[in-house]
Amino acid sequence: MPCLLVFSEQDRCAFELLQKAIELGKKMNLEVAAAALNASQGEEFRRRGCARVYTSSQELLQFFDAFVYAQALSQIAAASQAAVILIGSTRSGKELAGRLAQMLGAGCLTDCQTLEYEKEGLVATRNAFGGATVATQKLTTSLQIYALMPYLCEPAAPGKAEGEVVQVSLDLKPSRIKKLKKTPKDLGAVDIEGAEVLVCVGKGLAKPEDVKIAEDLASALSGFVACTKPLATDLKWLPESRIIGLSGKKGKPKLAVCAGISGQVQFAVGIREAKTIVAVNTDPNAYIFQMADYGLIGDLYQILPQLTAALK
Amino acid sequence: MNIIVCVKQTYDLQQVRIRKETRQPVFENVPLTLGNIDKNALEEAVRIREKAGGKITAVSVGPETLEDTIKEALAMGADEAVLVTAPKLDSIESALSAVLLAKAIGQAGPFDLILLGEGSTDNYSGQVGPRLAELLDLPQVTFAKSLHIEGRTLRAVRSLEDYLEDVEVDLPVLVTVVSEINEPRIPAITQILKAGRKPKRVLSPEDLGIPIGKFGLQAETISNLAPLQNRKGILFKEGAKDIPALVKALEEEGLLRR
Repeated sequence: MPCLLVFSEQDRCAFELLQKAIELGKKMNLEVAAAALNASQGEEFRRRGCARVYTSSQELLQFFDAFVYAQALSQIAAASQAAVILIGSTRSGKELAGRLAQMLGAGCLTDCQTLEYEKEGLVATRNAFGGATVATQKLTTSLQIYALMPYLCEPAAPGKAEGEVVQVSLDLKPSRIKKLKKTPKDLGAVDIEGAEVLVCVGKGLAKPEDVKIAEDLASALSGFVACTKPLATDLKWLPESRIIGLSGKKGKPKLAVCAGISGQVQFAVGIREAKTIVAVNTDPNAYIFQMADYGLIGDLYQILPQLTAALK
Repeated sequence: MNIIVCVKQTYDLQQVRIRKETRQPVFENVPLTLGNIDKNALEEAVRIREKAGGKITAVSVGPETLEDTIKEALAMGADEAVLVTAPKLDSIESALSAVLLAKAIGQAGPFDLILLGEGSTDNYSGQVGPRLAELLDLPQVTFAKSLHIEGRTLRAVRSLEDYLEDVEVDLPVLVTVVSEINEPRIPAITQILKAGRKPKRVLSPEDLGIPIGKFGLQAETISNLAPLQNRKGILFKEGAKDIPALVKALEEEGLLRR
């Protein structure tokens, strides 16, 4: 029986994809299978309602490598008769999706924000023209790969483990790339994409030590500080893992406070899924006010500390 | 060191406006340019050539206007260009781009390194690099934020969401770069003047044995509009004096935990 096959190297994202696949599988009359190349995911997939879990204990799969994992997934796709493959649209997931699509002659859409089944098939939305528009697209190939953004839905809930486990033996060529070391970008690593409250700062900040003003507000709101790209890459006032935007993270907080940010589309795409947006800017014409629920015209150096105080 | 840099022509997205009534992007009078991150890839190629010598070939696929747009790459330091052009090659999907680029690279001669941006400025799909690596049977190093080449060995620091990864690989290799890798140079006027005289080969998809009509399309775009912004748009104009009103509004929405 043809199936929907899910894979992500990130646990939470993998179980979100599973949830999405279970939902779509019912509508499309497809079984749901998962590739647990990271062996520890295998049992969790079963507990969360996956019908078939493909796993392998081959040494080459110990660490993620796009080339090796693409080979593994292409073989599992064949063994499981996959019609649709869902991958997490992380950076690793994206480089895997492209390589796998080429290996399998499959159509592929990355960075999908939604994926729904409509009369004639699956329909996805994703940013286009640098985030100025959202394109609604569908694949027309018989085998389809969708890389879905993390936090697209809740992860599948754990329950009784019923699915079957299929131990596969894969024919894998080793990677030509040698991994030397990994260094975390942010020692206090925070989950920007999953955060309920984000205080975002941009070039309206004048000095690195002023990040503290945003941190104080974030802590009063039980949230985290995020930033526009230049603040992390050019100025290095915050770690790169805090970047919100097209090439950074996409936040989905309940509340986003954007201070000293003009609201260029490169940033806006990373925050426009927020439920409520508060903007603070001295320029009444700043674009950020057009995308805000509540705009406050004023200097963030005045507003943020007073807002923090008012919240305490 | 022979370096191939794949670049893509796009509209200058900073100048694209949205028609409010229809939510459609307006491209009239918007100039064409090369992708932002493509320029980082080119800049990196130029820096490598400055140290190691060799030749940089810019390779691109697109409509005929590309013949003019590619001068930007030649002015920035590419030595020559191989282009695949046809009217139908405007905004094509990643799978077809990758196939045409692979064929065009075959025409450009032997190479040691292929550089691309991690994604195009317009579609930002990130597929072309990995697809091209698969077509050419090359190792892929994606999201590089620094590169260092010694002899036949390339070392890169990759920038993933939450960590950096140092990797090492022997040439030839395909590398995609992130924009943090460098600051692309603005070409001097003399370079811009010289660009028009640098060698440029212009091929058609048919020359490469890929008749466009026969290439099965993989994706269909149903609509492409600016997102609906359903925001309250309440503006407080009195600065700090309005903080209590803002706090009250957030409280009423249940956004403050107290």
